Formats: sequence, structure tokens, C-alpha cells
Amino acid sequence: MSDITSLTLTELIKNIKDKKISSEETTKAFIERGEKSRDLNAYITEDFSNALLKAKSFDQKPNFDLKLPGVPMAVKDLFCTNGVKTTAGSKILNNFIPPYESTVTQNIWNEGAILLGKLNCDEFAMGSSNETSFYGNVQSPIDKDLVPGGSSGGSASALAANLTPITIGTDTGGSIRQPASFTGTVGLKPTYGSCSRYGIVAFASSLDQAGPMSKDVKDCALLQEIISTYDEKDSTSIDFKRNEYSKELTNNIKGKKIGIPKEYRVDGMPKEIEDLWTKGIEYAKDCGAEIIEISLPHTNYALPTYYIVAPAEASSNLARYDGVKYGFRSKGENLIDMYEKTRSEGFGAEVQRRIMIGTYVLSSGYYDAYYLKAQKVRKLIKNDFDEAYKKVDAILTPSTPSAAFKIGEKTNDPVSMYLNDIFTVPVNLAGLPAISIPAGVDDKGYPLGLQIIGKAFDEQNILNIAYAMEEKIEFKNKITNWWIK
Amino acid sequence: MTIDLKTIKHISKLSRISVDDAKADKLVEDLNSIFDFIEKLNELNTDNVEPLTSVAETTLKLRADEVKSKNIRDKILKNSPDENEDFFVVPRVVE
Repeated sequence: MSDITSLTLTELIKNIKDKKISSEETTKAFIERGEKSRDLNAYITEDFSNALLKAKSFDQKPNFDLKLPGVPMAVKDLFCTNGVKTTAGSKILNNFIPPYESTVTQNIWNEGAILLGKLNCDEFAMGSSNETSFYGNVQSPIDKDLVPGGSSGGSASALAANLTPITIGTDTGGSIRQPASFTGTVGLKPTYGSCSRYGIVAFASSLDQAGPMSKDVKDCALLQEIISTYDEKDSTSIDFKRNEYSKELTNNIKGKKIGIPKEYRVDGMPKEIEDLWTKGIEYAKDCGAEIIEISLPHTNYALPTYYIVAPAEASSNLARYDGVKYGFRSKGENLIDMYEKTRSEGFGAEVQRRIMIGTYVLSSGYYDAYYLKAQKVRKLIKNDFDEAYKKVDAILTPSTPSAAFKIGEKTNDPVSMYLNDIFTVPVNLAGLPAISIPAGVDDKGYPLGLQIIGKAFDEQNILNIAYAMEEKIEFKNKITNWWIK
Repeated sequence: MTIDLKTIKHISKLSRISVDDAKADKLVEDLNSIFDFIEKLNELNTDNVEPLTSVAETTLKLRADEVKSKNIRDKILKNSPDENEDFFVVPRVVE
């Protein structure tokens, strides 16, 4: 085995099951690579020595019937892990050790996987470049001083750099799909209610979903079937029949109707994105799909709607960080002063900005004008998709309006940063599943992604389309190891 | 519409985040640019549209009210910034 860390999850599992490599060897390989890759700043917390112990114990009594037998993996630091520090990228949680496990991570450990550590992310998942993390920005393995995207930037960076064979992120407005697109990896945002939100640090509860990030579509399907379970601990978890996505995966998508929404041809879209999209349409046709022009007339209103709904929910969710029961506390002259100083010193600038927006749009006299208005427009956006799905089975768009940008390039202009999510946000507002797959590169060689949006609960269909297109695209991620001295 | 310094100070109180003058000035600038962008929604007439509060169209399920996590008091208290025996400690609130 020349390089364990560059294998896909599926290949890795086969090697472990065939006893060509042990869990310990595998875990050691990923740990060594992690130690050599600290300049990427992908990890907030390494749990390497525990990982090795767990791998050794797996090897002593291996259970090869499990879906992830002794497979080590790192996860976004937004998932609560029992006994392992969980920060959500924030100073306010820099000493928080959860006494419980998130359902999604528990599902993964139940299948035999081993935690390597917790991956960097934007603070409370609020960001599109991983630059809002209290623990510093993350470098992209694609190029030096390039953002990996966000908020699941540490996850995307670690995956593309072979520090983990697979990972999980969360997606509130594009936080899985945009970093996947920026790093040449695959990322799926499942249907709202598909994966339990129990134990995930909350950002915007009506939009948040956990999802898999992987090197190819097959791995993505396998991880999705493991993490998606009905959970009575999340009142918005939906009890529907879930497929064995990896077993039912097929590249036969003949006759599938794929919609191309004209509103996604936005002003000033770079030619390389336009070309990528055109190429994507050709690939879909080559696979036997039928291409149909569709209209999603309220697309332009999705971002303004999102920037009311998400901060409103965030301001409410983040009210719990008051310095009393857990987390950072600042000294104050009295209780109120303690609250105000704790939150002022504990939250970073972007989080404070969003709490302020949210508080404002929910405040007396403004609720109807902003929050209620946004909820009504959200309905119109969902109606657009409902109409479109009377004619098509899935929708194909670019994942992002541009390739990855340089660190620091957009930090002073919040609105230009928000525009990154223009193609991903409508999906969260409508609660739909969508997958981003790598499909090409720009003139600098930076990866570009295509997004396939499905009907609610139709993950299998978009995974199949992605699987078929992946075969035609034959994308190869170029990782130069520039950060390894 | 514009958000002025007075409004920022008011929101800061409501959200229990102290802001000094320099931070308040920056927030005035940032929030105005964000709200300029949000104002686009006013182009739409939504008089007869039902608000969407949740995309999950399910009725909430009932479950038995049972204690499932037991004996984790110490683990919970350990995360507290200040504790005393079995209590969370906060600055004095009663004079």
C-alpha cells in the first residue's frame, strides 16, 4: 500500500475488509499526514492518541460487517462529541466539553468509524471563507493563501488534503456545497429533516442540515445512508423511508428530465462559470438526460430573504450564550454587565453583526416589515421549485458564482461575501437536497463545481445523476502538497 | 431607510452585546449596507401570500416524557465558568 491517505473511502474499506491494511495502520497514516499538515490549520482539536487506541482495539476484535470498519475520520467542530471539546469555531465555547454526542456522529461511530479530531469552521458556521473562526483561517490545499470556502472550510481542506478519507459538514446557506466546490470535492446538503439536528450547535434551525463531504459520489452515497436516520430527539426529523443510497446507486439516468433555470444566469457571471454550466448540460445530455428550460422567478430574492431569516433565528439560538452555565465568561459589575461583556468579548465581529441584524428584524415595530415579509417571500421561493418539479426531476446549476478567492479579499465587505451563496441559498430556503460535484477548473487551475438540486427526499435521484455525470467529467483534483516542507 | 447610531445602541441593549463608539460606527455602516440589500424584498407584493414558517410539513410527534440522560450532573457543572457545590454562580442580583 503506497499511500493509504489518497484512497477513496470505498477503496479504504475494501482494503481493511480484505485485511490488506489494519485500522491502526490506516489511522497512523492519517495522523502522520495530519501532523505534517498543521500549516493548513484544518484542525481545531486533534484527538490522535485516542484515535490510535480505538484503532488498536478495533483490530483486536474487528467487525467487518460494519459499514465503516475501523475507518478514522475527522468531523466539523459544530457536532457535539461526548468528552471531546466542541467550539463551533468560537471563543465563547473554547472550553466546552459536551456531556453528550450528536445523533449524526453517533450514527457514524455505531458503524465502526473512529474520531480523528474536530475540524475548523467559521464561527457558528457564519461565513463563506472560514475567516470568521476564532481559531484562525484555514488554508486551501489547492493553493497558498486561498480560502477553502466556508463555513465547513476545515472539513473541505482536510478532505482535499487527504487528512481524512471522508467528513461531515453542516449547510445552512451553502456551507457544505460551496467549500466542496472550492476544493474539488463532493458535498451533499440533504433534505431538511433527513439528518437529525440533535447535538449540532444551532445556527438557523429552519435551515441547518448536516451532510456528507467526500472524494467521490459513491462515498457520498454511503455516508449519507449512515447519517440519515429518523430521530425522536429532533422534533423536525422526518420519518420517511430512507434508501440504501450506495447500494441503489446507478449511472443509468436515461430519460431523466433536468431543468436549467434561466434566472441563475446572473449579471456579471464570469465566462468560466457560464462555460462550465454549458459543459455540464452537455454531460447530462451525454448521459441520456433530457434538458428542459425552466424558470425560478424569485431567485433574486433568495439572498435578501436568507439574510433576514437566518440572522433572526441565530439571534434567538445564540441567546443561550450568556456566560452562566458553560462557555467563556467575562467579569462584570453586575449580572447585565457580565452578560454584555461576555457576549461582546466572546463573539467575533460577524456573529455580533448577525445577532444585531436578527434582533433588529424581530424587534417591536419591525417584525412585520422584515421577518414576516421574508417568510412570505420564502413561500414564493418554495412555490417556484414546486412548480418547476411538475416538469422536471432535478435542476442543474453552477455551485458558486466564482472559483475560490484569496484570504482577506472579501473580509471588509459583508455583502460581497454573502453573494458567494447566491446559487446555494434558495435550496436551504426551500428545504431541498442538493449536491455539488467538481466539474472543471478556472484559468488559474482552481476547481469549479456543478450543483444538482432534487425534489424533497429524492437524494437517490440526485446522487444517481451526480454519479453518471462524474463518470463523464473525469475530474482529477491537483494537490501539490505545497504546505508540506 | 437608514439605521442610525441611536438604533445601534438600542439593538445592542436588546441583544446584550456591549458596543463601544468605534464598534457602533462600524455597525452603522455594515448594517446599512446589508439593509440596502435586503430592501429589495419591497419590490414584491406579498399581501396574499401565506408565510412559510417550516419546510418540514409534518405534525409534531408526541413521546413519553422520560429522563434518559442520568447522572451527568458533574459533567454539566464542570463546563460552568463558576460553580459552587451543586449550583451555577452568577454575580449578585439581589441587593
